[in-house]
Amino acid sequence: MSAPFRTDAGGQIDRRKSLTFTFDGRTFQGVEGDTLASALLANGVHLMGRSFKYHRPRGVLGAGSEEPNALVSVRRDKARVTPNLRATQVELYDGLVAQSQNRWPSLNFDMGAVTSLLSPFIPAGFYYKTFMWPRKAWDHLYEPAIRAAAGLGDAPTEADPDRYLNRFAHCEVLVIGAGPAGLAAALAASKSGQRVMLVDEQAQFGGSLLAVTDALIDGKPAQVWLDETLATLAANPKVTMICRANAFGYFAHNMIGITERLSEHQAHPDAGAPRERLWQVRAREVVLATGAIERPLVFPDNDRPGVLLADAARIYLNRYGVKPGKRVVVATGHDEAYRAALDMHRAGVEIAAIVDARPYPRGPLVEAAKAAGLTVREGYAITGTIGELRVNGAYIAPIIAAGQVGQTETLSCDGVLMSGGFTPSVHLFSQSRGKVVWDETLETYLPGQSAEAERSAGACRGRFGLAQALADGFAAGADAARHPVTHSFAVEAVEGDPKGVVGALPHNRGQGAKAFIDWQNDVTTKDLKLAVREGFQSIEHIKRYTTTGMATDQGKTSNLNALGVISDALHRPIPQIGLTTFRMPYTPVTFGVLAGMARGDLFDPIRTTPIHDWAVEQGAVFEDVSLWKRARFFPQGREDMEAAVRRECLSVRKDCGIFDASTLGKIEVVGPDAAEFMNRMYINAWTKLGVGKCRYGILCREDGFVTDDGVVGRIAHDRFHVTTTTGGAARVLGMMEDYLQTEWPELNVWLTSTTEQWAVIALQGPKARTILEGLVEGIDLSPEALSHMSLTEGKICGVPTRLFRVSFSGELGFEINVPAEHGRKVWEAIWAAGQPHGLTPYGTETMHVLRAEKGFIIIGQETDGTATPDDVGLTWAVGKAKPDYVGKRSLARPAMADPARKQLVGLLTQDPAVVLDEGAQIIVTRGQKPPMKLMGHVTSSYHSAVMGRSIALAMVSGGRARRGETLHVPMPEGDIAVTVTSPVFYDPEGARVNG
Amino acid sequence: MLLITCPHCGPRPELEFVHGGEAHIARPAQPEALNAEEWTEYLYMRANPKGLHAERWRHLHGCARFFNALRDTTTDQFVVTYKTGEARPDLKGPAA
Amino acid sequence: MQKFSAFELFKQGLNGQAGWKPQWRSPEPKAAYDAVIIGGGGHGLGAAYYLAKQHGMRNIAVLEKGWLGGGNTGRNTTIIRSNYLFDESAGLYDHSVKLWEGLSQELNYNVMFSQRGVMMLAHTVHDVQVFKRHVHANRANGVDNEWLSPEEAKAYCPPLNISDNMRYPVLGAALQRRGGTARHDAVAWGYARAADDLGVDIIENCEVTGIRRNAAGAVEAVETTKGLIRTPKIGVSAAGHTSVVLGMAGVRLPLESYPLQALVSEPIKPVFPCVVMSNTIHAYISQSDKGELVIGAGTDIYTSYTQRGGLHISQHTLEAICELFPAFRRMRMLRNWGGIVDVTPDRSPIVAKTPVPGLYVNCGWGTGGFKATPGAAHTLAWTIAKDEPHPINAPFTIERFRDGHLIDEAAAAAVAH
Repeated sequence: MSAPFRTDAGGQIDRRKSLTFTFDGRTFQGVEGDTLASALLANGVHLMGRSFKYHRPRGVLGAGSEEPNALVSVRRDKARVTPNLRATQVELYDGLVAQSQNRWPSLNFDMGAVTSLLSPFIPAGFYYKTFMWPRKAWDHLYEPAIRAAAGLGDAPTEADPDRYLNRFAHCEVLVIGAGPAGLAAALAASKSGQRVMLVDEQAQFGGSLLAVTDALIDGKPAQVWLDETLATLAANPKVTMICRANAFGYFAHNMIGITERLSEHQAHPDAGAPRERLWQVRAREVVLATGAIERPLVFPDNDRPGVLLADAARIYLNRYGVKPGKRVVVATGHDEAYRAALDMHRAGVEIAAIVDARPYPRGPLVEAAKAAGLTVREGYAITGTIGELRVNGAYIAPIIAAGQVGQTETLSCDGVLMSGGFTPSVHLFSQSRGKVVWDETLETYLPGQSAEAERSAGACRGRFGLAQALADGFAAGADAARHPVTHSFAVEAVEGDPKGVVGALPHNRGQGAKAFIDWQNDVTTKDLKLAVREGFQSIEHIKRYTTTGMATDQGKTSNLNALGVISDALHRPIPQIGLTTFRMPYTPVTFGVLAGMARGDLFDPIRTTPIHDWAVEQGAVFEDVSLWKRARFFPQGREDMEAAVRRECLSVRKDCGIFDASTLGKIEVVGPDAAEFMNRMYINAWTKLGVGKCRYGILCREDGFVTDDGVVGRIAHDRFHVTTTTGGAARVLGMMEDYLQTEWPELNVWLTSTTEQWAVIALQGPKARTILEGLVEGIDLSPEALSHMSLTEGKICGVPTRLFRVSFSGELGFEINVPAEHGRKVWEAIWAAGQPHGLTPYGTETMHVLRAEKGFIIIGQETDGTATPDDVGLTWAVGKAKPDYVGKRSLARPAMADPARKQLVGLLTQDPAVVLDEGAQIIVTRGQKPPMKLMGHVTSSYHSAVMGRSIALAMVSGGRARRGETLHVPMPEGDIAVTVTSPVFYDPEGARVNG
Repeated sequence: MLLITCPHCGPRPELEFVHGGEAHIARPAQPEALNAEEWTEYLYMRANPKGLHAERWRHLHGCARFFNALRDTTTDQFVVTYKTGEARPDLKGPAA
Repeated sequence: MQKFSAFELFKQGLNGQAGWKPQWRSPEPKAAYDAVIIGGGGHGLGAAYYLAKQHGMRNIAVLEKGWLGGGNTGRNTTIIRSNYLFDESAGLYDHSVKLWEGLSQELNYNVMFSQRGVMMLAHTVHDVQVFKRHVHANRANGVDNEWLSPEEAKAYCPPLNISDNMRYPVLGAALQRRGGTARHDAVAWGYARAADDLGVDIIENCEVTGIRRNAAGAVEAVETTKGLIRTPKIGVSAAGHTSVVLGMAGVRLPLESYPLQALVSEPIKPVFPCVVMSNTIHAYISQSDKGELVIGAGTDIYTSYTQRGGLHISQHTLEAICELFPAFRRMRMLRNWGGIVDVTPDRSPIVAKTPVPGLYVNCGWGTGGFKATPGAAHTLAWTIAKDEPHPINAPFTIERFRDGHLIDEAAAAAVAH
């Protein structure tokens, strides 16, 4: 069952290995080495897609990443569906399942094509001019209709199970593009012995060499030279060669982003085989050998299936052994189309005519075509095509004056090969922020001054032709490697004139004709002219108004022709119109490969404490606090959080609770000037804090707002054990380092993060001392020896400890710091010792309730970055004799003394059963309608088991003066009356902390 | 990702660093002595130049030290990096 | 003004769409204007429009150094919402949303304001507290915002992953149904066309190189690449370049300009019905009318005017998107770009008079300027015309930094968007 358009021999395919695939449910045969596009063409299938706006039937246009038309979805299984792939880049494998897109019900008969009939009324930007009335119809009628018509393929619906890798690499020379210029560059650079990387987007190295049939390099056929060169490079251990690699982005300081396709081309990838790999390569020097992209001709109905780029057709023929049709018209403004015509002719494809828009085409390729007996129509334009789902004829007419054609002739054909010339691929150069310059001779943009350590070589800088590309590439490679090596390539090849045509061909087909510039987005010459007529002059505006160049091919085939048409319409030369910015990526990049391994548990590091596993075993429920997992509560049986917290709270108040406080940030502040440093950083006074004593420290930012808090213990005269909030540890250390290194380098102080070094076990409750007594060595736990807010060092369970007597619950409390590796052992020992005394583990939720009962604030809950120490009732902590501390000057600003500032208060609902919503707002007079006069908000709110009622903390404007006042909390169901109280609800005398 | 030359460690990728804002803004020795405008100038006002910018970086995941850099904010090219405490080099950037 | 309508489109269609006229003129600058706006983005063009429309100032010009809407107007992810925490912010942004709701009709230009709803995800207990505070404050301020359970969030946005196997599972969401997106270019063009129709001169490719002040210190002229232009009033809406422009008048500002990147996927059929933002894991996403997934994230860490950032920032964004929407992992990034956002210390904007008489500024919008376009433009125009702020923008002064009357949404909500 051989495919009808497959040649008998030649090319880079293996005809013996037949591959079966389906397209839109139909089964076809291809061969090893095919792309989906070449395999479909071999079967005579040109119709591969529908356009974005008019749903016009479209065939494949190109043979590579520039393809605008042949977009397909490829489905491996339910979860492995990928939309919008270019059939020209989909490597065929046995069992491949592909589907066309953007059509309903079928590719051959697409109801969406009705928009084509409406096309006179829906020019570029039509949606800006209508759909405004009635106003609501936009949401419910117009926009949904526009959206349904737009889009291309369908998004996948299942989670992608594939894996993606990431790799950083360094090299002296990175060569992008492995055509003749790139290969020569790599060859030259590799002789230096430095690290060279060579990457190419195709499945095979060689670029244009893969379709060369008639050239000799250094006396060898091009294919032989290619094979030998690749072997030479592969044998060099300093050379890394990566194919199927899309160099998509040129980033600052010579970093290049590259994605490598690893398994997508395989019929049966190994289970778990990664799909793609991201390379982030930092290169000392870069050689851009990115080649050039063929330009279509712009003429009416240039988009029919069967119309394709001449060089692409040549690639299909020579590389894939596929003929584009039986009888083709070759329409051109460039010599290379003659090469294609000659190759077609030799392969038995009938050439209806070569239609050349240039008046007097001359040169070896033209002469060769004539010598082969091909008909050349000089000074003729192709002015249209005939056919529906496949071209079956072409109109041609002589160009008789600028923009005018004479009498039309019709040629029958089943294919049109066209060429307007080649546009250098300056995308990566432009991304590197190099300046492109207009070349009058070649009529194209070329790389100008570099911004990074790179140079372009070969066709991408206008050095077309095999001999030039090889020579230019070799010189660039040697230059990049800073290695003085030379080579003079002996090349035997027929070379043409590099100049082509830009813009639209003249025609006589009337105003209804559609000459496409941007195939995928359906932008025609008329759209560009309309934009100009409507006053748009900047290329950026015209691009955005018409969407030219904004499709998934990013204008690879269309940009220069668009500039040509706009230039004509504005009567300004192209360089005065400007050029749109080239942005990464060069071709689309899979989200997954950029996300890499970061999913699920690997999305962010998970920090766990030494006691974490114990809590897991006890069935704790965890919450995320910065990177940490913290036990939130320890449910027993079927308890919900409310019940568990109620039980945990009462146990702490009655007996004792044990709490994992290891996540608290810990910083060791050490040195002769440690106290002075602390004085300058924290609002508190530290000089007089005795060794073995603790103090509750408050840290402000320089703008005067509270940013962190924590207990600070003085271990020695020159040593402080500073604790921070869980989420604030890194921020506080960074802030301390900033001041120490850059403002006060004269202070003799060292800062060390010890967060991970200590496990911290909080034991809180009346029986805490009893439980602990049997476990410590050399520590006197008596109130006289270890009073509240003091600390001691000694041993517990045989390991060293810093034992703090502190309380965040209002009960007698200890915080036992032990080296992290002993954390679980000590925890379990205390746990065992506590069993006879009703010891209960508790989590962060209970911790929050207990501290709220005492009116202690949580940074980030009572404070929100806008609260001063005074706002949250901490004026008592300020070291008033200190001349300065971070934030002090800012606290003297007028707004900081405003009596209307929000202040910390307690709130009691008049109905004790009602627990307020955290975040609920507070108003003075009840029954307000929005917008209300808001006086503050509820910051913390709980049911307090020990109080037998609800309690709440709040920040209320002028709150401290409002004690006893009744305020209201407006809720959707009605206002809730509350009474302003002290924020300390339980044990206001503070007796319990003394046990 | 920028390539940043730490004056203590050499060139390293941006991921190892944190940016520290404009350089050479010394904290006043006696903040209390400053009037409102002067304090505001210190606390908030920034040059934000388009061109050569003296800025602070910290090699957080390296030597952890702060240092200064002159960088052209129109190209992101570093002109020089230097240690904290050293005077701003008298250089003009490519765009300055 | 040539009216835009379905009828006109049909009529022109019969004539090959040949009868359309330029949407705005391209005049050379006059020697003097009553006011000059520096910056031809949505904010500046809008200010000119409102000056002409509501304050009768028609002898005015907008100066744009490049092309209209080429700055952040054309580089953002077009999210519009007003569910801000503080009364001042909610007032300003909701003023904007109300103007958005009638903007297409007011300008006779379809800006495609699409009230698809903006959903902000909570991933931690702290997020839940913060967003619930927003919901309560917004409700009391008359701004719509409601709390959704994870299941309700998924019902509103079916691609959302609410499973427990995420690193930061979704614990709920705050939804503002009136929020949504608009077509960014159309905003600039619509204001330009309407302002031009009222006589405003819109001058592209005209870079301001200096600001001249008279003996009394007040502004008297701008120096430009197209010559000297006299004017007693200058309004600056130059986004990332505000420090540079104000520096010409000797005014220093509490601003720093950072690169902000955004990206789009290849277009796909409708799959994403709303806007979703996650501040905790740093990403936001919607789907455009064209079918592209429009995705943005936080800024790079250093100041820059290059309009580009690092790949690792995009990677981090897409990590978050793939975590929230695992089916999008096989989607592909089509285009990535950068803008320059000017950020104030409290992450709230400045729309105010400056210390220089006759010089007015609208800046500091950080990553959130697009949504405020009509409101900022409207209040800036008022401030310029009356030489005093509108009550809505009165809190957004430069002096708030001196006095400490900060409006710190970022600190309050850990929200930077």
